[in-house]
Amino acid sequence: MDTVTRRKFLIASGVVGAGALAAGAGTLTWDALHRAARSAPLEAGQGILVLLTLYGGNDGLNTVIPAADPVYQSSRPGLSYSESEVLDLGEGLGLNPSMTGMHQLWQDKKLAIVRGVGYPSPSHSHFVSMDIWQTASPTDPQTSGWLGRWLDAQPDDEMRALRAVSLGGTLPPLLAGTETAGSSLPLGQFKLPKGATGTGLRALAESSSQDCANAAYAARDTGDLFTVAGAFQSVLPARKGSRKTGELAAQLDIVASCIESAVPTQVYAVSLGGFDTHSAEKGTQSALLGEVSAAVAAFQQRISAGNRAKDVVLVAYTEFGRRVAANANEGTDHGTAGPVFVVGDSVAGGFLGEQPSLTDLDQGDLKFGTDFRSVYATVLADVLRADPERALGASFPVLPLR
Amino acid sequence: MTTDADRSLIAHLLRRTGFGASGPEIDAALAAGFNATVDSLFTASPSADPGVAATPAPKLPSAIDTGADADLVAWWIARMTAARDPWPEKRTYFWHGHFATSLQKVRYASLMLRQNQTLRTLGGGDFHTLFRTILTDPAMMVWLDAEGSTAEAPNENLARESMELFGLGVGHYTETDVRQAALALTGWRLDRISGVATFAARNHAAGPETILGRTASFDADSFADLILAQPASAEFVVARHWFRLGSPATIPAATRGSLLAAYGSTGDLSALARALFTDPAFTGSTARYGLVKQPVEYVVGALRALKITPTPKDTPALRAVLDGLGQLPFYPPNVGGWPSGQLWLTTAALQARIDFARWAAAAGDLSTVSDSATGSRIDAVAYLLGVDSFSARTVTALSDVAADPPSLVELALLSPEYQVN
Repeated sequence: MDTVTRRKFLIASGVVGAGALAAGAGTLTWDALHRAARSAPLEAGQGILVLLTLYGGNDGLNTVIPAADPVYQSSRPGLSYSESEVLDLGEGLGLNPSMTGMHQLWQDKKLAIVRGVGYPSPSHSHFVSMDIWQTASPTDPQTSGWLGRWLDAQPDDEMRALRAVSLGGTLPPLLAGTETAGSSLPLGQFKLPKGATGTGLRALAESSSQDCANAAYAARDTGDLFTVAGAFQSVLPARKGSRKTGELAAQLDIVASCIESAVPTQVYAVSLGGFDTHSAEKGTQSALLGEVSAAVAAFQQRISAGNRAKDVVLVAYTEFGRRVAANANEGTDHGTAGPVFVVGDSVAGGFLGEQPSLTDLDQGDLKFGTDFRSVYATVLADVLRADPERALGASFPVLPLR
Repeated sequence: MTTDADRSLIAHLLRRTGFGASGPEIDAALAAGFNATVDSLFTASPSADPGVAATPAPKLPSAIDTGADADLVAWWIARMTAARDPWPEKRTYFWHGHFATSLQKVRYASLMLRQNQTLRTLGGGDFHTLFRTILTDPAMMVWLDAEGSTAEAPNENLARESMELFGLGVGHYTETDVRQAALALTGWRLDRISGVATFAARNHAAGPETILGRTASFDADSFADLILAQPASAEFVVARHWFRLGSPATIPAATRGSLLAAYGSTGDLSALARALFTDPAFTGSTARYGLVKQPVEYVVGALRALKITPTPKDTPALRAVLDGLGQLPFYPPNVGGWPSGQLWLTTAALQARIDFARWAAAAGDLSTVSDSATGSRIDAVAYLLGVDSFSARTVTALSDVAADPPSLVELALLSPEYQVN
C-alpha cells in the first residue's frame, strides 16, 4: 500500500501546499526582487551543494570496479573490465577506464567515494527507488523531497525562489518542499516580453482569490520567473540553437557561472539519464560515465580556480546499482547498493564505507553498508550547515568527509 | 436554454477528451448536448475524419535515419491539430504515456510509427488484446531489451515493467515473480530492418515457472493472460485512467465501482472511458481544473484554437518548444512516462511557453479578437481559447494590451487560467 501511495505522490503532485501559495506571489515588485538578488549575494564561506542525479540505475560494479576479485570476473563474462584496464584506486578497485577526469580528482585528493550505499529492503523499481532517494524515506511515503524540506526551513523572504535551483525542464521531486519549492533554469538566456506585454505578464503573477489551486500555482511560477531571470540573466549563456537539456556539461557550466557570480543559491540540482543498461552495457555506460567524468572534472577545475573553491561540494548518486551477474544481452538487471561520489576542494579524498562482498549476496544483489541518509546528513551538516534531523526526520551518523 | 455551468462542463469534457476546445467547438457541442457529445466520441469514425485524411502517416525508411524522427514528431503534432474528432489521438497519447517507449533508444522511427499505429488501432478496444500485442511489439522489444533474451540469462526489463507499469502496478508482485516472468518472455528475436519478431523455441525457457502463485510453462501470451486475470490488474488500469483523465485525487469508491464494472472481464476500454466521462465525480466540481495542461495539450490546443497548420519549416521551432516544456512526443524521459500536475509549471517551462505564445500569436488567425471592439476583446479572447472566465487579476493584466490583438492573445496564452485543465 505504501508503494502505491508513494508512486502517486511521485508522479502526481510532488509540489507545494496551499500555504506557500498564499504567502508568495505578488508581495514584491520585480525591481525590488532584482535589487535584492544583486544586493544580497551569497556570503563567502556559505556552503554550496551541487547534486547530480544519474537516472536509470548506474552499474556501480562497472564504475568502481573490483577488477582484482575473481568473482567479479566470473560473474560477468563479456561485461567485465580487467585489472590492467581500470584506473587504479587501490584496495583492488579501479575506476571505469572512461573516467580519466575523475581519476585525476582522486589523485588530487578531491574525490571521496562512499562505497556500498543503499537502504534496507531495497526496491528494484526505478520509480520507487528514485522516490526513496529523493524523499529520503525508505519506509513511509513522503510528499516532499529532502532538499525541499531544507528549503522549507529557510526564511520565506524575497530570496525564496533563488535558494534552490534545478537546471532544465521539470522540477525534480527532491526540490519540492511542503511549503515551497525550488526554481528551474533553462540552458539559455531568459527572453522575457518587453513593453506593455512584459508589464502585463508581471501583472499575471499577482495572486487572485478567484484562482483554483493550479492557476494560483501558475501565477506564483510567473512571479518566480521574474525573480529568477533577474538574478541569473547575466550568467546564462546566449541561446545557441539546439543545445540539448540532457547535456551535463552545459548544466554544470551554468552552475559554475552562477557560483562565480555569487547569486544567492545554495543548492543546485543537475542530472543525466540513460543508465538503465539492460543490454549492450559496456559501450553505453562507458560513454555516459565518460561524459560525467569530463563534465565534473571541468566543473571542479573552474571552481578550484575561483574564490568559492572551499565552499562547493558536488555529490553524484543513482537510484540503485545493478545485479552482480550479467544477463543474456550483455547487460545487467536492476540491483541494489552502489557508490556515491563526493567532489570538492574541501573534501578529504579517499574511500568511505566498505566495499560490498560479491559472495555474501541477497538474491544475487549486493548488501549495502552505508545508509544513503548518512550521506545526506553529512552534506546537510557539513556543507549547508543545517540541522540534518529537520530535513531527514531522524538522526544518522555523519561521515568524516573533510 | 444553456447556462454558464453547462458551458463550463462541456468545455471540461472537450479538454479532457481532446486538446482543449475553442469557442465555436464548445458552441457546437453545447447545441448537441452533453450526452450526444459523449456518444460521438465512441461512434465517430477516423476513416471519415477529413483532418485524419489530410495528415497521412509519413513513409519512413526501415533503416535508422536521423531525418525520420523529425518527420514522425511533426506528423503526430499535425495529426493531433488537424483531427476533427480528437479523442482517438488523445487516447493514443494516453497509451503512449502508459506504454512509454522512446525513440532515443529504439532509434528506428519506422518501428516507433508502427507502435503508434498499434496504440491508435487497439487503444479503444479491449485491454487484453492491446497488452498482448504490446508485449511483442518490435519497438517495445528493443526498448525493454526483450529481443535476444534467452533461457540461460533472461533479461528482466520487460518482465518487470509489464507488471509494475503496464498491467498490474507496484506492490502486487514479488522480485521472484519478476525473475520467473523474465523466463516466460525469453526466446524472442527481432529483425530490426523488416520489423518482424520471431519466436525461437530453442531459446525459450522450458519452465515450469511459478509466477504470482501459479505454476506452468509460461510463454508471452499465457503470461499476459495471467497478469490480466489478477483483480489488481483491472484496478490498476482503471486507476491510471482516472489519474490521467479524471483527477489526481484518489478515485471515489462509487466511481471506482462503476469504472470497474464498465471495464468488465474483457477489459473494454471504450466502455471504461465512457463511464469515466459520465461519472458524477468527473462531471462534478472536484475534477474541474484539477489537472495542469500537459505540454502537448497546451501546444496542440493553441494551434487548433488559432487555426495554425504547422509547416515543415515550423518543425524545429515546435520541437524546441516541446523540448523546453519537457514533453517531446516519442521521447518520454523513461518507461514511467511523463510527470503530471504542477511539475509542468516551472520557471524554465514558462520561458518556453513565452517563446511559443509569441510565435503562435503572430502565426494564428486572430480575427475573432481583432474583429471585436476593443472593449469586448478580453471576452473575445476567452471565447477563442475556450477559457471559462478570466479572474479580475487577468482582466486587469490584459486590459493594457487590448488594443493590440497579437499582444492580447500572447498574454492570454500565458494566463494562469489557460494553464489548467
